Amino acid sequence: MPAQPAGQSAPLDGSLPASAVVGADDRGLSLYIHVPYCRVRCGYCDFNTYTADELGPGASRSDYRPMLAAELDFVSASFDRAGLPDREVSTVFFGGGTPTLLPAEVLAGVLMDVRGRFRLAADAEVTTEANPDTLSPDYLATLATAGFTRVSLGMQSAVPEVLAILDRTHDAARIPQVVSWVKEAGLQVSLDLIYGTPGESLADWRASLEQAIACAPDHVSAYSLIIEDGTKMAAQIRRGRLPMPSDDDAADKYELADRLLGSAGYQWYEVSNFSTGSETRCRHNLAYWRGDDWWGFGPGAHSHLGGVRMWNAKHPRAWADRLLAGHSPVIGREILDGDVQELERIMLTARLREGLAIGSLPAAGQVEAAEFARAGLLEAGAFERGIFSPTLQGRLLCDLMVRRITETL
Amino acid sequence: MTPKVSDDAAARIQVAATPQELIRNFCIIAHIDHGKSTLADRMLQITGVVQPRDMRAQYLDRMDIERERGITIKSQAVRMPWEVDGAPYALNMIDTPGHVDFTYEVSRSLAACEGALLLVDAAQGIEAQTLANLYLALENDLTIIPVLNKIDLPAAQPDKYADELAGLIGCEPEDCLLVSGKTGEGVEEVLDRIITDIPAPEGDLDGPTRAMIFDSVYDTYRGVVTYVRVVDGSLRPRDKIEMISTHATHELLEIGVSSPEPHPSKGLRAGEVGYLITGVKDVRQSRVGDTVTTAHNPATEPLAGYQDPKPMVFSGLFPIDGSQYPDLREALDKLKLNDAALTYEPETSAALGFGFRCGFLGLLHLEIVRERLEREFDLDLISTAPSVVYEVRMEDGTEHTVTNPSEYPEGKIAEVHEPMVRATVLTPSDFVGPVMELCQAKRGQMNGMDYLSEDRVELRYRIPLGEIVFDFFDQLKSRTKGYASLDYEPDGQQAANLVKVDILLHGDTVDAFSAIVHRDEAYSYGVKMASKLKELIPRQQFEVPVQAAIGSRIIARETIRAIRKDVLSKCYGGDISRKRKLLEKQKEGKKRMKMVGTVEVPQDAFIAALSSDGDGAKKN
Repeated sequence: MPAQPAGQSAPLDGSLPASAVVGADDRGLSLYIHVPYCRVRCGYCDFNTYTADELGPGASRSDYRPMLAAELDFVSASFDRAGLPDREVSTVFFGGGTPTLLPAEVLAGVLMDVRGRFRLAADAEVTTEANPDTLSPDYLATLATAGFTRVSLGMQSAVPEVLAILDRTHDAARIPQVVSWVKEAGLQVSLDLIYGTPGESLADWRASLEQAIACAPDHVSAYSLIIEDGTKMAAQIRRGRLPMPSDDDAADKYELADRLLGSAGYQWYEVSNFSTGSETRCRHNLAYWRGDDWWGFGPGAHSHLGGVRMWNAKHPRAWADRLLAGHSPVIGREILDGDVQELERIMLTARLREGLAIGSLPAAGQVEAAEFARAGLLEAGAFERGIFSPTLQGRLLCDLMVRRITETL
Repeated sequence: MTPKVSDDAAARIQVAATPQELIRNFCIIAHIDHGKSTLADRMLQITGVVQPRDMRAQYLDRMDIERERGITIKSQAVRMPWEVDGAPYALNMIDTPGHVDFTYEVSRSLAACEGALLLVDAAQGIEAQTLANLYLALENDLTIIPVLNKIDLPAAQPDKYADELAGLIGCEPEDCLLVSGKTGEGVEEVLDRIITDIPAPEGDLDGPTRAMIFDSVYDTYRGVVTYVRVVDGSLRPRDKIEMISTHATHELLEIGVSSPEPHPSKGLRAGEVGYLITGVKDVRQSRVGDTVTTAHNPATEPLAGYQDPKPMVFSGLFPIDGSQYPDLREALDKLKLNDAALTYEPETSAALGFGFRCGFLGLLHLEIVRERLEREFDLDLISTAPSVVYEVRMEDGTEHTVTNPSEYPEGKIAEVHEPMVRATVLTPSDFVGPVMELCQAKRGQMNGMDYLSEDRVELRYRIPLGEIVFDFFDQLKSRTKGYASLDYEPDGQQAANLVKVDILLHGDTVDAFSAIVHRDEAYSYGVKMASKLKELIPRQQFEVPVQAAIGSRIIARETIRAIRKDVLSKCYGGDISRKRKLLEKQKEGKKRMKMVGTVEVPQDAFIAALSSDGDGAKKN
């Protein structure tokens, strides 16, 4: 699991720096809710999640809803004290872990608790991540009734051998069925795919893409597998039990995804995200990339308010202990200065098809951007209009471009 | 146990008033790690010149590097009293540098003595440099006292190595003294034997003054301290002295002896050893081997054997952080005060920026200077592959002296001469085959081979110095499991079929990687560098050819394929801080990139490409 970033320690009373409030009226507000439980830990996963049923007082699954309610109380009170305006919440996202390990009634209850403290917009997007194993028509109906609008399904691959290497337990053949249940419940559906698993062939990946497309989801996320330090998979690669995935292989697979998804009507809007149209994009994730305000609840969750980044205590016990003691679960934060905020803005928006205004880059960065446009890494038409929007080749080299255009920051 | 001489006896060996028959001048010839400094420590203690409470290990080694590496770079002289049969004697121990690069300094130290202790580790036997220095001592007609040290070690084989020494110097095995510098056993006998065996000096007390400089050291507080052996006549405080080679004159501000701390004296007479201070600030004004005389009793003939220090090995030193260039200049200026052999001039490399082309006596000298620059002056340096001095004659008759491959002339070359050395390798007889193969592969011509004992062999070769500085020593060590030792000395020049191999990145020559090599080796050098750089240089936005070329002819090529993917696939709420920090780190890393044309090359790649081969200067 990655450690939380290095930062300053945050005040126990949850008070917010004044800079977090400045300009809040002009920014949207989103909420993230972290559910730190899984049935099994997958070999590649470095997320903040736990497989034990009992984690101690306040930290076990049965305590989840009341503890989260306590956090909602604490945070909404601290918003009021800081003088943050009463804004509508435009999106809510339940992530994990496996949120759908909790009974549907608990998830619905948590959403109800959220409504008790925050004003959800009438058209709010409410998403939960879900493991295909955990869903049933009844479960989905309960979510829909409670106000959920979207399910992001962890499909990962259509190839059983690849799923086995990923330690995923679901039956690939079940995916089309689950997708149809989600649709029948009136919810949008997104499929998450992973490519570049050690041992996965290009044909395997093509099969996964084709099966995903055949399910006709609203949205597809396609992630290149990242070998994170400290995971079981990293150890297997280190010991030579699994081959190290190659960047060239990942590039081939990304290009294949772009081609197959594109011809099936899915257009990219962020490096790893494709949708059937603008109304099926994940608005919650766009809020991250566009620099909106968002608050994260649950163990280890991160938050952002106007250039202040904060993070909760990571272990469910540490998180619960702080709440039980009447303290803020936020343990660390960093208050970003103008240059760093600018660096983050460029880093995040360069990943988007809507792109960023070239005129907003440092002078040297604008010169670099022109070079990239010449080299075919930026869309020529957008570049003409002063927009930095990467081509297929440019998306694959996005980090390289960001380093160059921000060199003087 | 501090058997000092009595006060009465001490009065008979006053500095500047000691009869020559009561003086003994000697040095210790030993390989590093054979215990020279420890034996010297014991002598200082036993003769009582260092009190137990002041004692520290390797008392005479002044620089940290000397103590840490256990080698003596600069010599020093110590005067010690000792009594035999009721007669007091003044012993001057002249510490000699123990390394191949400092042969000339060794020769001057030897020239200041009448005798030498040949100190050999009783568990290891003699090593190549010791043998070379022994021959030097025998050429100087020094009396040799063979001493086997470390007899306290369980692995000691004194009988075996006594036979070996006896065979080398033509004495009886029983003549070898057995000592332990560590326990002190046998050290008093060594002192006795110095007095009985080594002849007293026989200078002309009343002749024109001639003193030989055998060491010259810069001291921050006192300026240059010059160590001399007075051969004829005498020196007194406030004498006006003259350096015969330069005719420079100075006033003697202080004269004295080390015992081992400096003791000013009323002067130094023929046969004595001591130090002079004149207020000069640069050791170049007080050169090892030069003759000092006085204005009031001037000598016209210098003592024999003076040579200008001449750099044999050249390397470019570049600060990794370009802004440290002025600091590097200042540091070299300071080191030069104490190192007459170090030369340097500014050099600009397209790949490495601003630096200095430096000349050294040899590889160890190079490494010591580099290490001192990094340690004492806190500089981070890249050094280019060591090169030697080539004489290039063109068909039109013009001649070029090339110390830097980038200065190698273009056009029609008639002949290239390269410096040669006479190399001596001592090896266990098991490894004679691999050593001979290596020497032949390095274009060596065999001059001879002798068995020092049943299982130890001395091999003598004439080899190009350029091959020695390349990777000879590392290979010698790896082929002999570390057992072989090497010594070499200059041995003229030889015409050779040499070419310059350039390395090109994306069509641009990387000057730092150019090398002058034998034509038969050019291809393998080119292939090796190209494949090494392919591994070291990260993939770029475009395909980068790495080529090796002789002139315009490409002899090897590798391709660094264009990078296709440089993007993290996930960047959600909790990833943002982490990803930004990674980005900041990568941007910081970019500052340590050098641009070669349009190619970004990490500093580390230069360091790795330059160090793995040329770095043969490890502890000899």
